Amino acid sequence: MINKKVENVQEAIQGVKDNMTFMLGGFGLSGIPENSIAELVKIGVKGVTCISNNAGVDDFGLGLLLQKHQIKKMISSYVGENDEFERQMLSGELDVELIPQGTLAERCRAAQAGFPAIYTPAGFGTEVAEGKETRDFDGKMHVLEYAFKADFAFVKAWKGDAAGNLIFKGSARNFNPCMCGAATITVAEVEELVPVGTLDPNQIHIPGIFVQRIFQGENYEKRIEQRTVRQRN
Amino acid sequence: MLDKIGIAKRIAKEVKDGYYVNLGIGIPTLVANYVRDDIEVDFQSENGVLGMGPFPFEGDEDADIINAGKQTITTLPGASFFDSAMSFSMIRGKHVDLTILGAMEVSENGDIANWKIPGRMVKGMGGAMDLVASAENIIVAMMHTNKKGESKLLKKCSLPLTGVACVKKIVTNLAVLEVTNKGFKLIERAPGVSIDEIKTATEGTLIIEGSIPEMSF
Repeated sequence: MINKKVENVQEAIQGVKDNMTFMLGGFGLSGIPENSIAELVKIGVKGVTCISNNAGVDDFGLGLLLQKHQIKKMISSYVGENDEFERQMLSGELDVELIPQGTLAERCRAAQAGFPAIYTPAGFGTEVAEGKETRDFDGKMHVLEYAFKADFAFVKAWKGDAAGNLIFKGSARNFNPCMCGAATITVAEVEELVPVGTLDPNQIHIPGIFVQRIFQGENYEKRIEQRTVRQRN
Repeated sequence: MLDKIGIAKRIAKEVKDGYYVNLGIGIPTLVANYVRDDIEVDFQSENGVLGMGPFPFEGDEDADIINAGKQTITTLPGASFFDSAMSFSMIRGKHVDLTILGAMEVSENGDIANWKIPGRMVKGMGGAMDLVASAENIIVAMMHTNKKGESKLLKKCSLPLTGVACVKKIVTNLAVLEVTNKGFKLIERAPGVSIDEIKTATEGTLIIEGSIPEMSF
């Protein structure tokens, strides 16, 4: 077994430098790498490009990095619910590239899988395709989209082991598996780091080969963005 | 004239037994409430859920189980979770049978604009561009006119596009229309709405052939 376990988040983010490109898992506030984000805020790394479906809310998720002006550019599919984001975008302080959600996922997956680029029909005929190579396959137009290149991927899983194997829970899975192995270094934080051998190999979502560092996260807030319920009758 | 619930009820009639359905935010979300209960339908949420159920009971909310609108949800027996790439494989690979979404404008050739208004804060397209580019069966749920009373069924969209030549059917507060290669074909009128009212509210080419029935529910 190749050991990927690091003792804490400080060790996990070793090598992070200004102006790097990070991938960060999560959809809204669900399944975000809370511990890694908190540490990136703490060390004050600057000028970073973040590839993440969303940009958090004002006081949580990537919103925490935005508050400290640590992000130079966001590559996302949807960035509502964040006033500070809007302010920085409109003032020109923050560069924003909006891309279709499926394209975002597949550009991560392409990087993970060793494909330099993919063709997708999404965005053809819209401003998303402007300046991009297009091609007809069987009478339908597609847009060439390149695999992402990133220095670090920060992902969050439910359970993991020191071999780097990961299991996700519910829809908190989202972009996390697509980002594993898609950057030079993948850092996985887990709610529960279990002894090697206790996870059933049949149930592993991401094999440890895609993960360089794994640590047990602490104090997960797991904030709910839209609490919707029905009454018991 | 229909309200939002009326639009949702009429669209629910388009949902057939055995369909996998993706619902957008707004009126489309309401459709799930009015699907006949004697058919089997699975709802897909593009953040990675197939087999979505209703909202959880108070106290049962789970931050790890949400829909694409970031609302807490439940799952039904037979449900599954998956990553975002697989979710869009379902969509791009045409495994989802029906997509229902809202729009700001639709043009008579089926172009749709629903993600950006120049000069206003842009929030992003989310999964809309992937959905409209790939789905074979797209129904748009929207009001026939905007808040200023201007038609949303146009010869050509004025707003930045989400997708080209993709919308097949539109259900509004006034009518059901199909997109054909000659323009918007009027299929049904909402209860109490005249053909003249629909003509007035439609800027794009409107095709009226024979008598146009009133919707039934």
